[in-house]
Amino acid sequence: MSRLAMVIDTRRCVGCQDCVVACKTENQTPEGFNRDWITYITKGRFPTLSMSIQSERCNHCDDPPCVSCCPTGASHVHDFGGIVLVDKDECIGCKACVASCPYDARYMHPDGYADKCTFCVHRVEHGQDPACVSVCPTHCMYFGDLDDPESEVSKLLASRKHYSLLPEAGTKPRIFYLE
Amino acid sequence: MNLSRRRFLKIAGAGAAVAATATGGLVALGRSGAAAAPRERGLRTVPTFCDVCFWKCNAIATVRDGALWKIEGNPIDPLSNGRLCPRGTGGVGAVSDPDRLRTPLLRASVRGEERWTAVTWDEALGYIAEKMQDIKAKYGPEAVAMFSHGLGGAFLKHTLKAYGAINLAAPSFAQCRGPRDVGFELTFGEGIGSPERTDIANARCLVLIGSHLGENMHNSQVQELAEAVGRGATIIVADPRFSIAASKAKHYLPVKPGTDLALLLAWMNVLVAERLYDQDYVAAHGFGFDAFAAAIASYTPEWAYPETGIAPEVIRETAREMARHRPATLVHPGRHSTWYGDDAQRSRAIALLNALLGSWGRKGGFYTPASMTVPGYPYPPYPRSGRAKVDNPDHKYPFASEAITTGIRDATISGQPYPIKGWWVYATNLLQALPDQAATIEAIQQLDLLAVVDVVGSETAGWADVVLPEATYLERYDDLNVELFRQPFVALRQPVVEPPHDQKANWWIARELALKLDLAAFYPWTTIEEYLDHRLRGAGLSLAELQTKGLVRGAPQPIYYEDGVPPTFPTPSQKIEFYSVQLEQKGFDPVPRYTPPDPGPPGAFRLLFGRSPVHTFSRTQTNPILAQAMTENELWVNASVAQRLGLATGQRVRLRNQDGVRSDFAIKVRATEAIRPDCVYMVHGFGHTAGMLRHARGRGASDAQLITAYKTDPLMGGTGMNVNFVTIEQEA
Ligand code: SF4
Repeated sequence: MSRLAMVIDTRRCVGCQDCVVACKTENQTPEGFNRDWITYITKGRFPTLSMSIQSERCNHCDDPPCVSCCPTGASHVHDFGGIVLVDKDECIGCKACVASCPYDARYMHPDGYADKCTFCVHRVEHGQDPACVSVCPTHCMYFGDLDDPESEVSKLLASRKHYSLLPEAGTKPRIFYLE
Repeated sequence: MNLSRRRFLKIAGAGAAVAATATGGLVALGRSGAAAAPRERGLRTVPTFCDVCFWKCNAIATVRDGALWKIEGNPIDPLSNGRLCPRGTGGVGAVSDPDRLRTPLLRASVRGEERWTAVTWDEALGYIAEKMQDIKAKYGPEAVAMFSHGLGGAFLKHTLKAYGAINLAAPSFAQCRGPRDVGFELTFGEGIGSPERTDIANARCLVLIGSHLGENMHNSQVQELAEAVGRGATIIVADPRFSIAASKAKHYLPVKPGTDLALLLAWMNVLVAERLYDQDYVAAHGFGFDAFAAAIASYTPEWAYPETGIAPEVIRETAREMARHRPATLVHPGRHSTWYGDDAQRSRAIALLNALLGSWGRKGGFYTPASMTVPGYPYPPYPRSGRAKVDNPDHKYPFASEAITTGIRDATISGQPYPIKGWWVYATNLLQALPDQAATIEAIQQLDLLAVVDVVGSETAGWADVVLPEATYLERYDDLNVELFRQPFVALRQPVVEPPHDQKANWWIARELALKLDLAAFYPWTTIEEYLDHRLRGAGLSLAELQTKGLVRGAPQPIYYEDGVPPTFPTPSQKIEFYSVQLEQKGFDPVPRYTPPDPGPPGAFRLLFGRSPVHTFSRTQTNPILAQAMTENELWVNASVAQRLGLATGQRVRLRNQDGVRSDFAIKVRATEAIRPDCVYMVHGFGHTAGMLRHARGRGASDAQLITAYKTDPLMGGTGMNVNFVTIEQEA
């Protein structure tokens, strides 16, 4: 077993959206919908300011509410790396998973099924990084196995301060942000 | 305000009748035979290089089942290190752009109305050639000028030079990096070049002055910025806006717009007064240091405080920080530097500050680019002209090192020193790039011929007599890119897919035009492959090798003084000129001197503009992938100001400038703490008025429309454009 995860260095990230554009071309997402996105949060009063930039997507949670609420089993945890996926042929378009995701990571594809980030499973299964990780010009994103203490992601999490989004939702997200 | 400007508004506002009746037939004509080919299956990769901006990153495009799928960085590319910027990644959208020009168009009514007749290439080029021969007969070949941007203009330039044209210019000089290069040339004898010779990757302290890397997405620069941040380098940012780069900075200095030179002088004052500068370096390489030191003695941090708004202790602290890391302190020269009209002197101050820190030529400062030789094609010599170029008569701007676009525009309007009657415009949108749109239109109205080559129908194309649709960079060969960088390389752009309609490559257009102008002697080659292979063989390479690899790297060479590069300074004194005798002789300040900026009318905000990481100039707004990433621009307004004016984020407003020009379209407010209260900011390139840009027209506002005023740099003719002021009008 492996637990695939993403670690994003917010210090290096400039919020250029290359991850967003790469996902769009790699996965041919429909016009107006994105599987990943950037949030920019500016704090303080001019000129004493700080900004945080986060590249966000499905957190491929260890405890995914979108999977437990799915009536058909379309929303499932993949054997490979514990990636959370949607089988679009099994999906009946009930939107329960869309509502259950605390990260707003899912959208309804115009063809009627729930869609979201797949960690580029079609690439990852062949040993490649997800498209967003592989294009990032700032090298701010890392991808690997949390269960392997020797992986780059494990080492980064062991050595640097980090956080994840909405830990209080209890979903055990697997996207981590280095401070 | 003059009539032509009002007329422009009227035409723009009317919406345009686009494209013509006969398109379908012509499409079939241009693509005959293609339908018979069997459909391609599976994956195919083609190395090439990007053209979404001028950085020219090397890339590998993937075709899936015959259709262009994606494009990624070429792993052996020193520029991209295998990673494109978002514009490069989204570059595939250029092929599927719904607003692409499809067929040659001939103007069918008055200029600017955008009514066209679709014609064949033979008709379009025949029309142009006839006009060009008429102009040559009446006014001489010098009366045809050319404006271009990027590598793609190379073959058209060749044809025009063969015809006898001498007035060729690019906005990249007088509207962009010109002042920077001149400031450095005056100081070190050499400019910065492109890609910039800045060693950000090894800098321990990086100083950015208004340069917003991270939003300005020059790939290698941004990669190195992230590298520097990751390494914990000290970043110092001076900018009226809290940019992305500012958010990475240890010191953010919210400098008052237009006062950067005061800050630079004060920093130098501290370094000299506290003897923190590199005394050995200055003694070995400097000329006129004592006179320089005397000239800046009064520019203390206390003097600079009321000008810049930056407290004296902050100026001292940041100057000391720079000194602590020297020579690996890089005061970045920026790129777009046509701001206030004293830009070459400001850039010279940046050069001098680097000289004090000993960073020029040193690791972590400015490296010496490595080069490789790929001989040009052996063409016959161009005809010699007895006339001088029109852009800079009598060397009015004595230190201009390239042609001045606005100088050609002025000559076109005045007919002096001789008439300019034809314009070729390649891949540049002059109406968005040059200040004072009314003047550009006035110049166009003097012409007997305006021919525009582009991929989409820009505002400038809308005013053309003939519009020629170019194949995108993913559908054509171009000239080779022989790049000077840390390690040199030669790269090939080659077609990945076929153009979808009747678009043609620039080399084909240029060659066909030459044949029609009886200039066949200048095209000894018939196919572009022949030309490219000939050039590559001159360098011991071959087209076949480049077609497979995309690029071939030259031998590594030393790039720092400490590794054996000899310090040479091709200035008049052969030294770094702290004091410039050549400036003095021409009546300019030998050491930069500060003049306060015009504060503007009361109640108005200085209009500043910049870049987005997902768009290039005004050229990418109809690319469907990049348009999804950013559909329109926003007006950054200081939060307290917005509150005072009753403006909320998301609300649409119009802008009116000091000359009474009102923006054609409304722009969304972004009320934010991240900007000073005395200025507003927007990303350049939006607010299109062109009827042919159906998917971008009316989205956001155009800074170019509001830049009616500009201040010309007396040293080199650059047009300082941050001298416009706007008031904000709420939409009813
Ligand atoms: S910087 Fe971006 S747009 Fe420019 S050439 Fe490189 S990938 Fe293309």
